Amino acid sequence: MNNVLVFTGLVWLGSFMAGLLGALTGLGGGVVIVPMLVLAFGADIKYAIGASLVSVIATSSGSAAAYVREGYSNIRIGMLLEIATTVGALAGAFLALVVWPNVIAVIFGAVLIISAYLSSRPRRDSRMADQPDPLAVRLKLDGSYPTAKGMESYHVRRVPAGFGLMFVAGVLSGLLGIGSGALKVLALDQAMRLPFKVSTTTSNFMIGVTAAASAGVYLARGYIDPGLAMPVLLGVLPGSLLGARILTHAPVRTLRIVFALVITALAIQMIYNGAMGKI
Amino acid sequence: MNEPQHNSEDTRVEQTMGRLLQAGVLLAALVTAVGGAFYLAERATQERPAYDKLPPNGVGLDHPAELNSPAGVLELAFRGRPGYGLGRGLIQLGVLLLIATPVARVAFSVYVFARQRDRLYVAVTLAVLVLLLISLFAGPWLPGG
Repeated sequence: MNNVLVFTGLVWLGSFMAGLLGALTGLGGGVVIVPMLVLAFGADIKYAIGASLVSVIATSSGSAAAYVREGYSNIRIGMLLEIATTVGALAGAFLALVVWPNVIAVIFGAVLIISAYLSSRPRRDSRMADQPDPLAVRLKLDGSYPTAKGMESYHVRRVPAGFGLMFVAGVLSGLLGIGSGALKVLALDQAMRLPFKVSTTTSNFMIGVTAAASAGVYLARGYIDPGLAMPVLLGVLPGSLLGARILTHAPVRTLRIVFALVITALAIQMIYNGAMGKI
Repeated sequence: MNEPQHNSEDTRVEQTMGRLLQAGVLLAALVTAVGGAFYLAERATQERPAYDKLPPNGVGLDHPAELNSPAGVLELAFRGRPGYGLGRGLIQLGVLLLIATPVARVAFSVYVFARQRDRLYVAVTLAVLVLLLISLFAGPWLPGG
């Protein structure tokens, strides 16, 4: 593990696996990259978060392209809520500059467990709103999406609640270097009552912008180092592409349970090491 | 050809955005890979950086302050500096291109909404764009160290 070549190769391999795992669980590569770099490679958590943000932008932007082609995502909702997520991301990134690393590690572990729980619940469409909401109408947020029965329109509800949740998602993204996809979907799906498919694709569309807002701060602070960013970026990209391909062929349910266990184990170790002051 | 179309202009716009994102990621990955090749050629047998302690602003022997700002990265990647090689600067340029990709997407949306004369969403997307630019260029005014 002592020369640059071997180190780069190992980080590349680990990031490839992280991308695979992230795509299969639907949690994104970031949630695995950070614990991997901290626990297995002994990196300072801020270097790990910096590298992770880079991978989050790459996977989000890469896969968003595929989703938008299908016409599911709602651009107006995405753009409006990106105000909340980018303000949150900037706040989170500033917070990361002044908070102790072991506190960040403990928060990371807790958020990881919650995200794993949220995304392991069975997916079903929440009850759709049947009445238009005046604020959503004024903001032109209602839309339609393709279904088996043709285009179906939907109404958007509780815009302020969604906005607030998105701010929190942004803070977590900037503080922890993750996409906060699980929380974003929760805001769109549960609070604003978007159809599930629209929620997931719109959330994915927003993740790249949120992560870019934090990444600017991390780069300026020197937390993004080329020696880590390169193998992480080049590993996560093919890993997540392969994961997305496997998803369409594999028995997803079993995979999800196995990986939820892996992720919970990582989370517990982050919390333990953070609490013991080892990070 | 047989893609499901909903006939609003929004869909075409989304498709253009999707392609923009894909092209940006691809370009960023390519530049990073070229930088990575240089980096390994220049440093493969050197001792690995520890990354276990973060110096102020991350600046250390192998991490000059230039890596922390867009202007500095451009300088390192294209002009290099004696004894430092091109690899690390090029990788960081790839990272910057990657960060710039969602920014370009937002800038493109400003233009699209302006063409639709949708003032509300021109304002919304401009706000997001300004926030992103603040993050990219606010480096010198950040707290901590």
